[in-house]
Amino acid sequence: MQALEALTRDAKALANGTPVPMSAAETEVARVMQICNACRYCEGFCAVFPAMTRRLEFATADVHYLANLCHNCGACLHACQYAPPHEFAVNVPQAMATVRGQTYSDYAWPPALGSLYRRNGLTLSLALVAALTLFLVLGAVLQGGGLAALWKTDLGNDFYNLFPHNLLVGLFAPVFLFVVLALAMGVRAFWKDVKPATSGADVGGAAAGEAAHDVLRLKYLDGGHGDGCHNEDDAYTLKRRRAHHLTFYGFALCFAATSLGTIYHYAFGWVAPYDLPSVPKLLGAAGGVLMVLGTAGLWHLNRTRHPLHGDAAQKPMDLGFIALLFLVAASGLALWLARATPALALLLCLHLGAVMALFATLPYGKFAHGVFRTAALLRYNTEKRQPNPIGLGSD
Amino acid sequence: MIDVLVIGGGNAALCAALMAREAGASVLLLESAPRAWRGGNSAHTRNLRCMHDAPQDVLVDAYPEEEYWQDLLKVTGGLTNEHLARMVIRASSTCRPWMRRHGVHFQPALAGTLHVARTNAFFMGGGKALVNAYYRSAEALGVQVRYESPVDRLEIVDGGFRAAWCQGERIEARTCVLAAGGFESNREWLREAWGQNERGEWPADNFLIRGTAYNQGVLLRHMLDEHGADRIGDPTQAHMVAIDARAPLYDGGICTRIDCVSLGVVVNANAERFYDEGEDFWPKRYAIWGRLVAQQPGQTGYSIIDSKAIGRFMPPVFPGARADSLPELAARLGLDVDTFMRTLNAYNGACRVGRFDHTVLDDCATSGLFPAKTHWARPIDTAPFYGYALRPGVTFTYLGLQTDDTAAVRFGDRPSANLFVAGEMMAGNVLGKGYTAGVGMSIGTAFGRIAGRNAALAARGQSAGHGAVKDEEAHASA
Repeated sequence: MQALEALTRDAKALANGTPVPMSAAETEVARVMQICNACRYCEGFCAVFPAMTRRLEFATADVHYLANLCHNCGACLHACQYAPPHEFAVNVPQAMATVRGQTYSDYAWPPALGSLYRRNGLTLSLALVAALTLFLVLGAVLQGGGLAALWKTDLGNDFYNLFPHNLLVGLFAPVFLFVVLALAMGVRAFWKDVKPATSGADVGGAAAGEAAHDVLRLKYLDGGHGDGCHNEDDAYTLKRRRAHHLTFYGFALCFAATSLGTIYHYAFGWVAPYDLPSVPKLLGAAGGVLMVLGTAGLWHLNRTRHPLHGDAAQKPMDLGFIALLFLVAASGLALWLARATPALALLLCLHLGAVMALFATLPYGKFAHGVFRTAALLRYNTEKRQPNPIGLGSD
Repeated sequence: MIDVLVIGGGNAALCAALMAREAGASVLLLESAPRAWRGGNSAHTRNLRCMHDAPQDVLVDAYPEEEYWQDLLKVTGGLTNEHLARMVIRASSTCRPWMRRHGVHFQPALAGTLHVARTNAFFMGGGKALVNAYYRSAEALGVQVRYESPVDRLEIVDGGFRAAWCQGERIEARTCVLAAGGFESNREWLREAWGQNERGEWPADNFLIRGTAYNQGVLLRHMLDEHGADRIGDPTQAHMVAIDARAPLYDGGICTRIDCVSLGVVVNANAERFYDEGEDFWPKRYAIWGRLVAQQPGQTGYSIIDSKAIGRFMPPVFPGARADSLPELAARLGLDVDTFMRTLNAYNGACRVGRFDHTVLDDCATSGLFPAKTHWARPIDTAPFYGYALRPGVTFTYLGLQTDDTAAVRFGDRPSANLFVAGEMMAGNVLGKGYTAGVGMSIGTAFGRIAGRNAALAARGQSAGHGAVKDEEAHASA
């Protein structure tokens, strides 16, 4: 509804020939950036401030770009001489986070789904897992065998005996393809707005390489000095960066395991389940363990974060995503450990339900941050290779 | 009983507390401000002026002792103590490893500040990040810190410190370091110091304070008036900058500076120019403009630029008055349009434009105009035009306690055996007037460390060491 109102407002403004007014959150970022640009003490922390110094004014596209470049590390808040209780009340991470949340839903495709998910992330994630699990349970029961189908010892370690391979492919492939499409459409709209505001230059090889490096190493959670970012107070910590690495690389390993399994299945006719020491199993088991550790860490860090960091309204979205990732990894590991027990069927339903819930919500929740931030870093590494439009740097 | 009591909570106080604690003393630090406002003016600083003979991490080229000393001599007009000044200069070349060990990070010079990339090491995140790092390190080492703990008087017997009174509580300690700042936040005292001018105005009533509201000078006045401590400096001398007249009364900090003076002209409330705006590079001149504006009627000035200047100076925090013509701009700023146009026309007509280059002392100067503009003089003729009202912004005052190379407080020209001073309370020993970027932190760091080292020595009954902390030794003992 909000998205619709915003669209109507913007359409009216365009028709009248007036520039699209900024939202309150966007105006706040522009206000804060005006103050920061006159101070610049935080330039060494991250990419946001060097990007800021290339501008004298902050229009909507600049604000969207800078908001998604911000990693919410908190360094500039704790170092800020103008942070609350100062009357300027500068809180860059919070202002940026609020706009960032807005961009996830404004650029979401189709837009209606974005605001739906954002409003009650954690509850919705868990409800979705429960619903999908129930759906799978019912499916298994109705397929034949009744309730006994859920507590059987004769599955012979093979989940395909419960859900045949082609059924799973038929369920997951459309969802996966939709996710890719929705994310691509969202980031395409973002790119269209932000590219002209960031020099308009195309991304070159060096810029792409550096952006990939920034993403894969989480460069901007190192504080600019390597001691890390902030969590509960003004002390630097590497915990957030490490927990995120565990989660990210754990997820990547699980994804690799699935992809490799697909290749095994179709190219070589080697059919799952795989067990140790097969490569898919090794990747999946390692990835699952990393994800469990990483998401447990991120959950703890999220719950102990300094109250002025980021946008409190987005906590449910953050926690919902963390919880889903944890549930996917933990149920996957449990499934493997309990493969020879009667619990296999129920665990399988839970695991598949969690995976389905995760994928279905990817484009409309916290996962979007990875896509939008990567896009922002690509623009940053491209823009910084262009001559600075402001002559100040040379003075 | 506590060994070392440190009164104050900014850079100098923290350096003293850390040094004393590292030397094994028990330390209690009393900060008058609440935690959110801790650190005094240090939380607004951004760099340390550093001597170096060769490139050093974030510092390019070299900035040898002699050049640093000549810079200081120039800005102070000789109102400095060469022995103490050179001691501060040399200490600035070796103190950074110690600062790093206590969590301070440095970064290359900020965009738009290349003039000081050679001379000044910037704190990553600025002074508040430095203050935070020092407090974390102090607490980790076991320094006790109390906030909202202003001290109003000391017990001193025959030049020896006995105890401090903090909100009715008597706190004894073997030794004490005073690092509680100047009196710049005390409006009454500023008014009294500046008095009434020939126009019948009380100039200080129109001053803004760039830094903390907590430097009320209570202890400084107590030491000077009630204990007769040896004094240094003139109460009207201070680090004063021309800042945006709309800046908050306190804590406006760096962002309220107006950095376009050298790119245009500055007129007073009578719409007349009063000083050469292009005398030297702005970083070498910004610190005299606070005083210049303080001497003008109404303690105000107006920096006027045209659109050729946009993008060539640090963007100001508040948007300027903007107009498509000069008379309109004058009206918008509340200036007499006819006088303003006479001043601007005279200036525009006197500009002998050569090769404009803001990075060198170029050959664009006025001819036959008084006061002249000797560099970067270009006609103000390209709309839109912008104007910024200016006020004097006081950073810190120079009136303080006389000291020596042991950082001791002196009574009747004799050093106290257990009372030391550091930071703004004694910066006037080195800075009689004028300012050059980053030197306040150099003084605070050098003297804070000396004071802390000597307070710890005195607490053990040993006599004070002369001169700056030897960093190699500090390294070995750490």
